[in-house]
Amino acid sequence: MAIVPNPYKTTGFVGWIDDRFPLTKLWRDHLAEYYVPKNFNFWYFFGSLALLVLVMQIVTGIFLTMHYKPGATTAFNSVQFIMRDVPWGWLIRYMHALGSSAFFVIVYLHMYRGILYGSHRKPRELIWLFGCLIYLCLMAEAFCGYVLPWGNMSYWGAKVILTLFSAIPVVGHSLQVWLQGDYTPADATLNRLFSLHVIALPLVLIMLVFLHIMALHEVGSNNPDGVEIKNHKDANGIPLDGVPFHPYYTVKDLMGVSVFLLIFALIVFFAPTGGGLVLEHDNFIGANPVATPSLIHPAWYFGVFYAMLRSIPAMFDSKIWGVLVMFGAIVLLFFLPWLDRSPVKSIRYKGAIFKTALVIFTLDLLMMGHLGMQETNLTYLIFTRIGTVIYYAFFLLMPIYSKLDRTKPVPDRVTS
Amino acid sequence: MRRLIVVLTFMTLLAPVLSHAEDDGPLPFSADVGNTASVQRGAHDFVSYCSACHTLKYLRYNQMAAGLDIPEKQLKQNLMFVGGLKPSSEMINAMSADDGKAWFGKAPPDLTLEAEYHNPRWVYNYLQNFYLDPKRPNGVNNLLLKNVAMPDVLWSLQGWQKQVTDKDGATYFVTVSKGSMTADQFNGFVTDVTNFLTFAASPDKIERSSLGPKVIIFLLILLVLTYLLKKEFWRDIH
Repeated sequence: MAIVPNPYKTTGFVGWIDDRFPLTKLWRDHLAEYYVPKNFNFWYFFGSLALLVLVMQIVTGIFLTMHYKPGATTAFNSVQFIMRDVPWGWLIRYMHALGSSAFFVIVYLHMYRGILYGSHRKPRELIWLFGCLIYLCLMAEAFCGYVLPWGNMSYWGAKVILTLFSAIPVVGHSLQVWLQGDYTPADATLNRLFSLHVIALPLVLIMLVFLHIMALHEVGSNNPDGVEIKNHKDANGIPLDGVPFHPYYTVKDLMGVSVFLLIFALIVFFAPTGGGLVLEHDNFIGANPVATPSLIHPAWYFGVFYAMLRSIPAMFDSKIWGVLVMFGAIVLLFFLPWLDRSPVKSIRYKGAIFKTALVIFTLDLLMMGHLGMQETNLTYLIFTRIGTVIYYAFFLLMPIYSKLDRTKPVPDRVTS
Repeated sequence: MRRLIVVLTFMTLLAPVLSHAEDDGPLPFSADVGNTASVQRGAHDFVSYCSACHTLKYLRYNQMAAGLDIPEKQLKQNLMFVGGLKPSSEMINAMSADDGKAWFGKAPPDLTLEAEYHNPRWVYNYLQNFYLDPKRPNGVNNLLLKNVAMPDVLWSLQGWQKQVTDKDGATYFVTVSKGSMTADQFNGFVTDVTNFLTFAASPDKIERSSLGPKVIIFLLILLVLTYLLKKEFWRDIH
């Protein structure tokens, strides 16, 4: 049976492939003829950088898995083995450990960009939702990875997080024991977190990233002006304010990659513990169930949520309230596309009320992120409670203040 | 509203200052792993004064030798005192942990990662700040680690010191009896040992500091090239 010639009229090897697989079609649809607004600024580097860091984490993770030995008696020693006896092991491990922090820095800036320019608004709600799921998945992935070195901070961090499940009424304690596979975090716990970290969660993560990009390429990118470039096309149907992703944004993103690698290399080579923020001092001794670190705090990227968790006291014989407030803060993110009722997308054309709200929210995040890493005292407790209220108010009051806001007129086309 | 912003900003900026940090001791110190001669002396001092009780179980003798430019012959002659070990052995000791626990109440900890678990300044101050305390079983206490189980093994070098409180409530040390070293010599000795322990905690630091600048130069060149490439491609986009 003769094959129907492919519509791209490619010949030779590529032609042979194109007759059987949409190679040229994929290349054109997603790179060479995928039109992107030409007015992207600094904030638009973080999507491609997130992808880069994901790949870096997977590759360094593969090599770490070759040498790491999960297990309560072997894990800590095997990490030291990687750092000292495996050729280039120290580099791979530092890249992976610092890579997780880099991932969160990038993802937070990426999400913040979305809020700045209204990238979650219609018709991009699904992109945002997939993004929120990626963020959730990333948090679980980071938590599991944090436990694997089985240092003392790993152990106590695991204990705090897994104990959250015990706050669930009636089934809480049984659920915690079932999840842990023991009455405290132990060998069984470490092995199942290892399994989640190296296969289950990465698979979900990659699938979600794929869906995130598919959804993006279906509707096209937003831009700092928040106007649709598809509204103005030339005779050939090409957006007037669009440029093909390749080569324009491939070369631009390469430049972003160079800057990122430069900063990343400076930290990997000259401050690989991240000043005790990434590789904590208390994780340089093995897990010890009878020696609690003087201050248990999560990795810096969970600071905001940990501050909320601690700010809510136990009430009515239950500790569930803090857990609910913390998870509620993450759930709120999912509703953002429907909470923003402003007629304009971009911060450039929003009014003073929204801008003020965003400034307060930003400062609130910085404050809460910091307080989440500190020992609590009465002053901090008051501030974290105020901070929690501000966080919730930013989202829950948004339908009101985004509507009241006096917006500016949006231009028809993108501004340069 | 504006006042709230100012207050919140102020709190955010002030918070790190208010935050609690581990007390690393009164004497300023910054480790210098690049000073190979000092780290070599520290290695020798460590095996002479510390390694009877303390292990460096994550550091191999030959890794140490490679990092510190010590030939194998010198390594075997001057630094390997525990019998039956090869150059590729980890730096363990002759004392069992059980004996340590029986004798001191707590097995002497492994010190490979001590300079990262605390930090070099803490280690330096710990070794400097033993003082006489008749209430303790060993007759000494430590400013950084209250009710320390370890005896003051460096007393013969440093001498004995005791804590005195003046009428304003300020405490300081006075020398009770002199050791074999002057204060300067002893500072140098503790500096060497601390530099060595800093090396032991992250032996990759030597390789990192030599490789790092090359990687940075490479990436700077890459950045210039990618910047020019971007500029060239985007020339016609307005």
